[in-house]
Amino acid sequence: MSEAQVSDMPLVHAVNVHKSFHGVEVLKGIDIDVAAGEVVCLLGPSGSGKTTFLRCINQLETIQGGRIWVDGDLAGYTEKNGKLHRLGDSHIAAQRREIGMVFQRFNLFPHMTALENVMEAPIQVKGVRKREAKERALALLERVGLGERCDNYPAQLSGGQQQRVAIARALAMDPKLMLFDEPTSALDPELVGEVLSVMRELATGGMTMIVVTHEMGFAREVADRVVFMDAGIVVEQGPPNDVINNPQHERTQSFLSRIREENEDYAAALVERAEAEKL
Amino acid sequence: MSEDRPGTIDAVPVRHPGRWVAIAVIVVLAAMFVHLLLTNDAFNWHFVFEAMFQSPVLNGLVMGTLLVTVLAMVVGVVFGVILAVMRLSDNPVLSWTAFLFTWFFRAVPRYVLLFIMGTLGILFPPPAGLGIGVPFGAQINDLLGMSGTWTFFSLDANNIFGGIIGGVIGLGLSEAAYMAEIARAGILSVDTGQREAACALGMSNRKAMWRIVLPQAMRVIVPPTGNETIAMVKDTSLLIAVPVSTELFFQLQSIGSRTYQTFPVAVAAVIWYLLICSVLMVVQSRLEARFGRGFGTSGPSDHGFRARMLSMVGGSK
Ligand SMILES: Nc1ncnc2c1ncn2[C@@H]1O[C@H](COP(=O)(O)OP(=O)(O)OP(=O)(O)O)[C@@H](O)[C@H]1O
Ligand SMILES: [Mg+2]
Repeated sequence: MSEAQVSDMPLVHAVNVHKSFHGVEVLKGIDIDVAAGEVVCLLGPSGSGKTTFLRCINQLETIQGGRIWVDGDLAGYTEKNGKLHRLGDSHIAAQRREIGMVFQRFNLFPHMTALENVMEAPIQVKGVRKREAKERALALLERVGLGERCDNYPAQLSGGQQQRVAIARALAMDPKLMLFDEPTSALDPELVGEVLSVMRELATGGMTMIVVTHEMGFAREVADRVVFMDAGIVVEQGPPNDVINNPQHERTQSFLSRIREENEDYAAALVERAEAEKL
Repeated sequence: MSEDRPGTIDAVPVRHPGRWVAIAVIVVLAAMFVHLLLTNDAFNWHFVFEAMFQSPVLNGLVMGTLLVTVLAMVVGVVFGVILAVMRLSDNPVLSWTAFLFTWFFRAVPRYVLLFIMGTLGILFPPPAGLGIGVPFGAQINDLLGMSGTWTFFSLDANNIFGGIIGGVIGLGLSEAAYMAEIARAGILSVDTGQREAACALGMSNRKAMWRIVLPQAMRVIVPPTGNETIAMVKDTSLLIAVPVSTELFFQLQSIGSRTYQTFPVAVAAVIWYLLICSVLMVVQSRLEARFGRGFGTSGPSDHGFRARMLSMVGGSK
């Protein structure tokens, strides 16, 4: 990569990414670019490799082929004289600092309060002083609407509150990129909204985000672009209204209609339940 | 309609006649035991308390029993955690080394191990002793036809391995083998998502282990470590195999054989061990509460104990 190319490069530049587990190929040549400030929603059926791709960006998985650049840095390697050299643990850790990740199952540190969860990485990784870290953490918890819950342990918080703490924890490192892996799919339906609204606000604030989600409403409203994956490849991508309302590929069409049916069934069930309770 | 609705429950509790019989038997046995303690002259209580506080006994208690317990547990916990991390490493040399260590030290009885420690001096006889320097220094000299020494200083091996240090090394390494398994179970009990979340925040593997994984593993590690510590207190009575004689039980025994009061000194030893273990149990429950933070369940409280005792006899008011 020459200097000129680096400066033109999108924030995330993934080229021909291949990943297999024990010989089974899960990602079969993924090309995705994400510009700074862009919000991209990844859609696709279960097992299509969405989670795996997010984990590859953050190097929780090592890829067997292709390259991923984040903010111009090649993930996991340096190139010397045309040969790739694997980076050491501390360099990889440094690259991950630029990327925040929010997990489906929150993964908060259960032995720390909400506040300590948010303070931990700035203090331990960036060497921020405790007082500054605390002020910042309080501000972040306030921002996700949890100012009063900062002394609670994760087990004392609802799923939606835990996920908001997890978002604050990731933001505390001032990442350039946020990865969300189905952040609301482990939540009770009435708690989904509070997490999505924090994410919506983050997107409005200009954060670059890659979001794996089945929340079509969120994708339609917040995403700049929707990428549909199936069986380890990108099937189609484009503005949310084009892909969701007018999918070109048969696989996208069948996936979306299945989601729609599920949502309708679900809505019907909700209505039924509400009516049953009224009686 | 409301006047027909069932009100407060005032039921006759289930009776447990079997429990009353058991309690009666226990009360009688306990009374017989107390009677024995108080009336049998063989106890010679005056001598028991006198023996407990003889200065060689106190010295043995502090230097042999307590100090060796603390040092051996420190060695055991430190090496045990290192071994556990090695065992879980994906480097086969590290994991096999840890496995072989554990295999060896679990197989050899502690008494035998301590006896071996005392005889290890024979491998490094004086005047050369145990040399500290470049490995294979003499062989390198022979190979290159050089003279001079690669040894920086040498120690008297009999001093190192005989005596208290030998006892600490022997008990500590043996303990490390057990602690390794305990620590490994603790580390494996922590969800992998925890390490991943820590790494995703930019922590190095080592930091993720120290700050995130191990503190959570402690919740699983602390209770069996408390048991190991209590077992270690008792195993210091094996120190005589090294031989180390500044140790509680040996000192009491030697008073016993000098005065022919063998039974009272045994009672004195039991009282000391009971006291030490009681203190350790309190410390252990404090630690468990500390490392159980955020997990919601603190162990059964005193209140729970009382309630259980009451419910045993079928009434709880
Ligand atoms: N650690 C692993 N070892 C082996 N196979 C794995 C591993 N992780 C994922 N896979 C496989 O890779 C494929 C893609 O999984 P992935 O979790 O990326 O799918 P996904 O699109 O996120 O699905 P979902 O919507 O269910 O979360 C699946 O077939 C899965 O079984
Ligand atoms: Mg997934």
